[in-house]
Amino acid sequence: MDASVQTKTHNLAKGDTLLAVDNVSLSFGGVKAITDVSFDIKKGEIRAIIGPNGAGKTSMLNVINGFYHPQQGRITFKGETRQKMRPYVAASQGIARTFQNVALFKGMTTLDNIMAGRTLKMNTGFFWQLWRHGPAMREEVEHRHIVEEIIDFLEIQAIRKTPVGKLPYGLQKRVELGRALAMEPELLLLDEPMAGMNLEEKEDMSRFIIDVNTQYGTTIALIEHDISVVMDLSDRVVVLEYGRKIADGTPNQVKNDQTVIDAYLGVPH
Amino acid sequence: MFYREAGQFKTTYPSDMAVFPIAQDRIGLGLILAAAFILIPLFASDFILSSVMIPFLVFSLAAIGLNILTGYTGLISLGTGAFMGVGAYACYKLMTIFPGVNIIIWIISAGFFSALVGIIFGIPSLRIKGFYLAVATLAAQFFLQWCFVRIPWLYNYNASGAIEVGTRTLFGIPIVGPNATPEARYYVMLCIVVALTWIASNIVHGKIGRSWMAVRDMDIAAELMGIKLLDTKLLAFAVSSFYAGVAGACMMFLWYGGGEASDAFNINQSFLILFMVIIGGLGSLIGSFFGAAFISILPTVLKFGLPAIGIPLSGATAEHLIHILVGALIIFFLIVEPHGLARLWQIGKQKLRMWPFPY
Ligand SMILES: Nc1ncnc2c1ncn2[C@@H]1O[C@H](COP(=O)(O)OP(=O)(O)OP(=O)(O)O)[C@@H](O)[C@H]1O
Ligand SMILES: [Mg+2]
Repeated sequence: MDASVQTKTHNLAKGDTLLAVDNVSLSFGGVKAITDVSFDIKKGEIRAIIGPNGAGKTSMLNVINGFYHPQQGRITFKGETRQKMRPYVAASQGIARTFQNVALFKGMTTLDNIMAGRTLKMNTGFFWQLWRHGPAMREEVEHRHIVEEIIDFLEIQAIRKTPVGKLPYGLQKRVELGRALAMEPELLLLDEPMAGMNLEEKEDMSRFIIDVNTQYGTTIALIEHDISVVMDLSDRVVVLEYGRKIADGTPNQVKNDQTVIDAYLGVPH
Repeated sequence: MFYREAGQFKTTYPSDMAVFPIAQDRIGLGLILAAAFILIPLFASDFILSSVMIPFLVFSLAAIGLNILTGYTGLISLGTGAFMGVGAYACYKLMTIFPGVNIIIWIISAGFFSALVGIIFGIPSLRIKGFYLAVATLAAQFFLQWCFVRIPWLYNYNASGAIEVGTRTLFGIPIVGPNATPEARYYVMLCIVVALTWIASNIVHGKIGRSWMAVRDMDIAAELMGIKLLDTKLLAFAVSSFYAGVAGACMMFLWYGGGEASDAFNINQSFLILFMVIIGGLGSLIGSFFGAAFISILPTVLKFGLPAIGIPLSGATAEHLIHILVGALIIFFLIVEPHGLARLWQIGKQKLRMWPFPY
């Protein structure tokens, strides 16, 4: 990714609040997925969201990028407060995302998947698309350059033209990260990017996450079950349990928090 | 000559992004075009031209249209026949209201009318998918078919209810109507198909095609890329119906030369084109041609080809045989190879690339 393209119009400095979630509650019929949760994500940090199964972590990401609309609470992104996000607004404002169960475009090649991540940045009109010449072709080439940089960065050159449905799981996760990176997001939401990976793949993925954060300054929200990974990667951790926030702080603070220890050891309430 | 890309290194992205990156493919395409433009009109009989080649080209166009919607965007439609009908009637009305304008312009413009109708009937696709969408498009099929019969204005109040086609010329040569030769009609048809196929190829290989496939493969992820679902689906309906409409206009004016259109654009036609797309290959332009060739040429081959080489086969038996064959093939492709003949073609090419060394 081109540094000049990457550092775009952010008027936020490192450490400012990029996203704030205030008193968000979300329920599905009778099931309360999230209850009155507030936390913030600061620009430039890696923020981990952890918690036992069904704690509401994925639901939280879905609220942030507008798939779920909370019944209560507010979301403030880049200083703008909304009652609910909309997926298109989230995408165009710079929120990208990977999914817990890989959600790639299975029939498309790695290249096309990542190119699809550039959609919002491509604006040649329909008329030129008909001919695939002139501005349309220039734009396609320009974005292909950026996509190739992402492919190099993630070391997936060899599978460029493979339909992603045929790739092993670990590589699919990597392509999905590439597709999210192609959006040049300001906030990158990663839902269990290392689930189901072997140790080596986990190490690779951790390295990519750190590199994305340090090289491009991308803010990252990370859901992860592997506590050692969380401790290594994240700057701050928020802990959810049964839809409530039970702890929030640095990895060390959280690790030594009694409620967190109880939650993970399954002490009855 | 070996079929492989060895030694053909792509040094620029544009050449790597070409639709046919391998030189042999480009040569092959050139040969096919040369055959279509020179050899076939030179050697084919009038019968072959008007009963085999022109129908094949009309169906190819319609199959490309449906493939854009169903193969590329994943939206199933049973209304293709009706959208073709909209094109035919639109062309008929335009040409009677403005007789001075060249018919080719009206054949293409007719596509815009069916695009519009396609958009209207595509609106439910935001909310409904799969089987339910198929039923919704079926409703479009029946509603439009009803219009074709019940609105006499559409067929200029002709007592027969049929579209009557007079002679129309291009550069003084009749291309439509009783005086148009099969060669003339074939050339016009061929030019339209080549041009529209090229445009379809441009669209599906660019940003729009990627958005369509993204919506097909994983709509929630597509939405998060900033792809607007409704716009993308409606665009697919529009482009798809445009192709169907032009195909319908071509069918009426370059192939049938008029006739009762409510029969030509009925639900059977919709199914026939859906079968072409399935057998040819979902999500493949070249598959659309394979499917159209297979389904439109097969009956002629069975009816006329087999008796010609001494195998007696009555018309009715041929009819039955076709039903059995097509039915069996659809089941085969749906279960075994959803990418159809196009995929078999690719596997063949892959084998050829390795040949004569298996590894
Ligand atoms: N679309 C939905 N409809 C109904 N209930 C839902 C829906 N999505 C989530 N839930 C419920 O909300 C709760 C939180 O689910 P969520 O997926 O957010 O948990 P999670 O923390 O991501 O768990 P995991 O670690 O297993 O991924 C669960 O009880 C779940 O059943
Ligand atoms: Mg989850």
